[in-house]
Amino acid sequence: MSLEEKVKEIIVEQLGVNAEQVKPEASFIEDLGADSLDTVELVMAFEEEFRAEIPDEDAEKLTTVGAVIEYLKSKGFDKQLEENKSSNG
Amino acid sequence: MNGRRQVAVTGMGVVSPLGCTLNRVWERLVRGVSGIRPISRFDASAFASRIAGEVVEFDVDAYIPKKEQRRMDPFSHYGMAASKMAVADAGLDFSAMDRRRAGVLVGSGIGGLQVMLDQTRVFLERGPSRFSPFMIPQMITNILSGQIAIEYGLRGPNFAVVSACATATHSIGEAMRLIQYGDADVVLAGGAEAPICELGVGGFCAMRALSTRNDAPTKASRPFDKDRDGFVIAEGAAVLLLEELEHARQRGARIYCELAGYGRTCDAFHITAPDEGGTGAAEAMRLAMDDAGVGPEEVDYINAHGTSTELNDKCETLAIKTALGETQARRVMISSTKSMTGHLLGAAGAFESLVCALAIAHGVVPPTINYETPDPDCDLDYVPNTARETRVRVCLNNSLGFGGHNATLCFRRV
Repeated sequence: MSLEEKVKEIIVEQLGVNAEQVKPEASFIEDLGADSLDTVELVMAFEEEFRAEIPDEDAEKLTTVGAVIEYLKSKGFDKQLEENKSSNG
Repeated sequence: MNGRRQVAVTGMGVVSPLGCTLNRVWERLVRGVSGIRPISRFDASAFASRIAGEVVEFDVDAYIPKKEQRRMDPFSHYGMAASKMAVADAGLDFSAMDRRRAGVLVGSGIGGLQVMLDQTRVFLERGPSRFSPFMIPQMITNILSGQIAIEYGLRGPNFAVVSACATATHSIGEAMRLIQYGDADVVLAGGAEAPICELGVGGFCAMRALSTRNDAPTKASRPFDKDRDGFVIAEGAAVLLLEELEHARQRGARIYCELAGYGRTCDAFHITAPDEGGTGAAEAMRLAMDDAGVGPEEVDYINAHGTSTELNDKCETLAIKTALGETQARRVMISSTKSMTGHLLGAAGAFESLVCALAIAHGVVPPTINYETPDPDCDLDYVPNTARETRVRVCLNNSLGFGGHNATLCFRRV
């Protein structure tokens, strides 16, 4: 599973939305019905999945699906996923 | 009573160990079916009491969307579902009324115990950065009243009463006062409880309050029987839709009965033990009768608190004698439906109010099951083992909570 797919899966699960709604430009609060508590929990779910630590000042900027994907890529988590796959495979 | 606004019960909803529809629950109450079984919710093998009244036949998805479910402790699932059933049962369309005149008082004795346990585990295993942002709003006892208001847009009086096992009775009584005083025309009132987890069962076990008749679960809750050995913990919710009588009549609502009286007192004696003379409980009954303007001779049925603990059943029996007088105490029908449901703690008073309303509506008094050996300290008519068909005009419902809280409601046929 790619990083994009993984992120989408978490969003669908956490926010109870359809996969088709989870487009890169979709805003968690404006488009996906999240409130501020949902966004806190969502970031915790990303941290959990990617074994990352996302500081609050970064988390505040992660308001859209695309922003999360870009952020995780910039921290190298897409490569980490690839490595895990090859080491498992 | 003169000129006072009257309060009608026009809708009811229930989630319980005897089922989750009024018809199913009533049918089992009349047949005298026990809802007690071995605990399935967690591994209880190391606990002294391993039996409970767990909710059966409950489909949470029918009442609460998936995403919302995750934001609620089970006590809120039960309470929200029971509220929706009560609103549907009343046939009330809130959009047809001024919703600032509609309130909610659905309390809980303990609140979100499961979430407290789960989050404590998270904290101990993974540290302080992993708390869920939903922990506090899931846990707090008043959140349920808030959630119900959000569901229907009800902007009137809204809070939660907390008085342990008297919670729901106080909630219904205070709701009645809100309507009588003119602060609201409609109030959803009742209680919800979900204590069947390690903390709830362990805590009551430590008090030696629970029955340990683990080999015979359906026989374990035996109020007023000589061989009773403690209460059986249970879960669920019940909600009554209370409505100002004229408001109900104007919309042609079906009226189960009138909620006519309310009395509440405190023993001011001990944190958990009842005052042995039962004077506080007796005074609550007397106040409820006075409030309704009925005399002891008019009371047909008392749904007792009847927990199946040695002290409660003995003291409550004394209290009934004091409140009604020896002669009428021997004449009145008394039953404890906890013999079938177990003890729903903060929801018990609402479940038992619902029993009173149905007893009036159907003309049947449900029994106290498992009554086998008379106790000289409990020598009244507890409607043993078999339901009784009879006209029921006036009922009292007693609830007595840790803290010495006593509350009695008086229901009357309209």
